[in-house]
Amino acid sequence: MNNWIVLPIILPLLAGMVAVFFRQYPMAQRAVVLAGLLAAVAASLVLLDQVSNDGVQVLHVGGWQAPFGITLAADMMSALLVLTACIVGLACLLYAFGSIGKERERHYVYPIMMVLICGVNGSFLTGDLFNLFVFFEVMLISSYVLISMGGEKVQLRESIKYVLINMLSSTLFVMAIAYMYSIVGTLNMAHISERVAEAGQTGLMTTVSLLFLVVFGIKAALLLFIWLPDSYSNAPFAVSALFAALLTKVGIYSILRVFTLIFYHEPQVTHTLMIWMGALTMILGAMGAVSHWGIRKILAYNIIVSVGFVIFAVGISSEQALSGALYYLIHDMLAKALIFILGGTIISMAGTDRLLDIKGLIRYRPALGWLFLLGVLAVAGIPPLSGFVGKVMILQAGVEHGSYAVSVIGLLTSLLVLYSLMKVFIQSFWGETFIGEGEALSTGREALLPATILAILLIGLGLGAQWVLELIGNATDIMVQPALYIDAVLVAD
Amino acid sequence: METFVTIIAGILFAIGTYLLLESNLLRRIIGASLLTHASHLLLMSINGLKQGAAPLLSEEAAQYTDPVPQALILTSIVINFALTAFILVLGYRSYVESGTLDMKLKGYDHE
Repeated sequence: MNNWIVLPIILPLLAGMVAVFFRQYPMAQRAVVLAGLLAAVAASLVLLDQVSNDGVQVLHVGGWQAPFGITLAADMMSALLVLTACIVGLACLLYAFGSIGKERERHYVYPIMMVLICGVNGSFLTGDLFNLFVFFEVMLISSYVLISMGGEKVQLRESIKYVLINMLSSTLFVMAIAYMYSIVGTLNMAHISERVAEAGQTGLMTTVSLLFLVVFGIKAALLLFIWLPDSYSNAPFAVSALFAALLTKVGIYSILRVFTLIFYHEPQVTHTLMIWMGALTMILGAMGAVSHWGIRKILAYNIIVSVGFVIFAVGISSEQALSGALYYLIHDMLAKALIFILGGTIISMAGTDRLLDIKGLIRYRPALGWLFLLGVLAVAGIPPLSGFVGKVMILQAGVEHGSYAVSVIGLLTSLLVLYSLMKVFIQSFWGETFIGEGEALSTGREALLPATILAILLIGLGLGAQWVLELIGNATDIMVQPALYIDAVLVAD
Repeated sequence: METFVTIIAGILFAIGTYLLLESNLLRRIIGASLLTHASHLLLMSINGLKQGAAPLLSEEAAQYTDPVPQALILTSIVINFALTAFILVLGYRSYVESGTLDMKLKGYDHE
């Protein structure tokens, strides 16, 4: 029993609730949510330390022993992702302070961002399948509000599509849980895993697992991503940075968790399917990224490519591939937040989203230009930045597994990603400047602090790969030996 | 009884899917809502309807009904209720802004 687990979930929520009372005082709101999120970062650091020293931490909420009560469980994977989510949330919040605008500030944007982070952390930490659904809903409902806030015509249209498609996937999630419960009679993930292993993963079970793959696939933008580019590119920049960094990653985490803990018995069906879904996602995402000339669309399609890449690694599911997947997931959360924050700043400085109308920003704000280049190189996987380590691990595992075709697709699409982002960099930063001091619509200063934090972390993640991979190896042990997780959750203490 | 409820759930699924494919926004919302209700009925029927006494120790029965599916449905109903209210408001705002409920109209889909 360890009560620390609940802190990364409850601290952002608490801060958000307190901030609601300061509607008329933006500075007080900012102070409260910033303090809450900093406390959450500290709490998740402590949690990470506990997990790396004492193994999986478990909290039986309300004192009801698993599998009867709801269990929160933090293994290394959860602890790392919670820490990353809190840091990324912090960066997006700092960016929002300068860019979100008075009107949205008065309409509770900070509290709702806090609730979103609460939902994300909750999804990472829960050990119960239905509780996962509930935290998904917490996260999604706040994302609906964030995405529709402001109420312009285009934004309303896209947010309705977003809400409808997520309602549908939530319905499928409830159905999948219903089938699951009727077959195994439990909702605790460790207990489900035990029972599935006992009874064998029958055809019926595999069908249910595919239903889960569809549900999480919609949330993670795995192949079923048609909703993503339009809805993400109509939200405010700070919000779309938060979404890009966190929302799809929760879907990927769920796939990673469910298919390493529960449905690992029939890899020739489920995991092969994942590899090919990943390959198609990479191809379609890269095509979208290359073909567009608006910054927002290019960045949105870049999310999709990396989702495909991680799911490809999950599909291979060798020890090295899973380490690579987790490492790349953490890298991607940081890198996507960085390029979305900087992309948003480019747009707000130039006043337009169209690449052909922007040029020469590097003379105006050199620091932002170099930070963007760093983000681009990290995403594309240039050593010593963090993307490189993840890509090498995943591609090596892919070749060892014999998936040559998909590995080649992975390499080619990362070239296309590099091209699409370099296009943004060259078009917007090179050339004669068209705005001078005082002429730009925004100074771009608000992005400096969060972008610098994220850039330092990206470099640190790349240079300190040895140290990070040690922690990740710890997480992978649990993924390849589910018994470790099951014992920690089910054995009463 | 389970068969009957399952068939009703199936009919609701069919109607919900049909409505979701309509171009009218209001019908889509009702369709999504019906789908959720269908999944609740499904959740209840495949886990067995009343199979014994209420799950209270004072009943001292040989067999108790499993309370978990009901708890899940209750949670899900509450979530769905909030979502439906939210998307109805969103749909109304969209109707006021764009003057139409038809999601396939050119004016609606125009950038």
